[in-house]
Amino acid sequence: MVCDACKQQQATVHLTEIVNDQMTELHLCEACANQKGAQVESHFGLSDLLAGLADFGKTEQAEEQEEGAPSKTCLQCGMTYEDFRKVGRLGCSDCYTTFKRSLGSLLKRIHGSPHHLGKAPMQLMKSPRAKPELLELKRQLEGAIDKEEFERAANLRDQIRELEHQEQRQKNKKP
Amino acid sequence: MAKELDELIRQTGEWLRGVGPVSDIVMSSRVRLARNLEKLPFATRATKATQAEVLRLVKEGILQTAEIKKPMIFEMSELDEVDRQFLVERHLISREHATRTDHRAVAIGQGEVVSIMVNEEDHLRIQVMQSGLTLREAWTIIDQLDDELSKALPYAYSTDWGYLTCCLTNTGTGMRASVMVHLPALVITKQINKVLHAITKLGLTARGLYGEGTEASGNFFQISNQVALGRTEDELIETIERILKQVIGHEQTAREGLVSNNKLQLEDRIWRAYGILRHAQTITSGETLDLLSALRLGVDLGLVSTNGAAEKGIDRAVVNELLIFSQPAHLQKLEGSKLSSSERDTKRATLIRRRLGGQS
Repeated sequence: MVCDACKQQQATVHLTEIVNDQMTELHLCEACANQKGAQVESHFGLSDLLAGLADFGKTEQAEEQEEGAPSKTCLQCGMTYEDFRKVGRLGCSDCYTTFKRSLGSLLKRIHGSPHHLGKAPMQLMKSPRAKPELLELKRQLEGAIDKEEFERAANLRDQIRELEHQEQRQKNKKP
Repeated sequence: MAKELDELIRQTGEWLRGVGPVSDIVMSSRVRLARNLEKLPFATRATKATQAEVLRLVKEGILQTAEIKKPMIFEMSELDEVDRQFLVERHLISREHATRTDHRAVAIGQGEVVSIMVNEEDHLRIQVMQSGLTLREAWTIIDQLDDELSKALPYAYSTDWGYLTCCLTNTGTGMRASVMVHLPALVITKQINKVLHAITKLGLTARGLYGEGTEASGNFFQISNQVALGRTEDELIETIERILKQVIGHEQTAREGLVSNNKLQLEDRIWRAYGILRHAQTITSGETLDLLSALRLGVDLGLVSTNGAAEKGIDRAVVNELLIFSQPAHLQKLEGSKLSSSERDTKRATLIRRRLGGQS
């Protein structure tokens, strides 16, 4: 395979990024990969979160600042968004609330979805396992939001709420 | 404490038994969960006092949990470098966990199926590892264990984002499910890069088990999920299983092709590997891996007869055992002292000769 950049050398560095089933590939030779290092990493940064943050971290931070000054530093552990960008790791669970907006879009870029559908700790479990239909509705809701079908999304949201309330009532009935 | 660790050298973990579904290709299945305690800073921001508190709480939690029977608990600070490396070679702790000693610990369940790292990148890294393609069973075990632990330990969790972890790549389920596969025929027939490339395209990660990047030594690879959020644990496991089935199919086809078209060359390669392993006086770990990989293929294809007098008793479990016991820290633990690199090569050759019934 020939390098995408110089079209001469054998490509040895292969980068693949998949976001929401959209795949982008880049094949480079070692020299071009080094030369383009920064650019490449920032574009294809998801395998290494650190690199990814270096790129779009700036706009994320701007977003974070718009929200109002006090939220920029985590009150629990003292981490700033700048710190997070540098180390690529969060300081405590409260950071997730402090940097909610930025993390939401980052999580979406990394995982393709920002909504947890997996298990929950025992104390918080509304039912032994979230019902399959509830998961399906949540998935449809995500799809509707992505496609900006807001009316459908609102309907789905109501159905989800109704189901969750039902589960809550069932749970309350149990001793 | 160290005495307890020495007991491990006299046994082999459950996952090395070489049994279970598709164990001719899938060596082992592993599921790990990343968990943190709420209200306590993650490793990045934790002070020594916080780490000590995390360790105390988790130890208490583990001892209250019936799911993990009679755990051995080792604090990294009690172990020397060789002991810590020994745990890495056994896949009980991560390489990263072995590098530092501050309030880090590991709890190991019976049969080495369950292990829990404390104060690694996350407060808890729970893992279940078993022989063969047994991701579902591993998930069932770890799911129950995690439920039990969550009764004693308040986890950091959000309804929107799931389990909150130090690194965003684990946020959500906090789960990484992986399988260790042996793909010698795909390597011999030069199809491996194509297959690994396809795997990564499908949202999974594939890397060499030993050696750097995808340049795997000994033809062993680890395949795992990349995404942890937006899918249920069952769905994540299903995806790996589905893709893995295809990889296994390709490897089987390649093996059949080698047997029907290049049987002589294949047998020659395997018997030469066997010959060297049985007679070498000194051998490096790299060469050992390559030769054991060839021997394992011979055993899996039934080419190395296990009925003959000399080859009696050579099965997958023996090869698996040698893969682990021929590594540096294991050799030094067996010897009971530190060994230089060349001393290890001699010791390694002796160990393998004896185990394979060659001249001692």
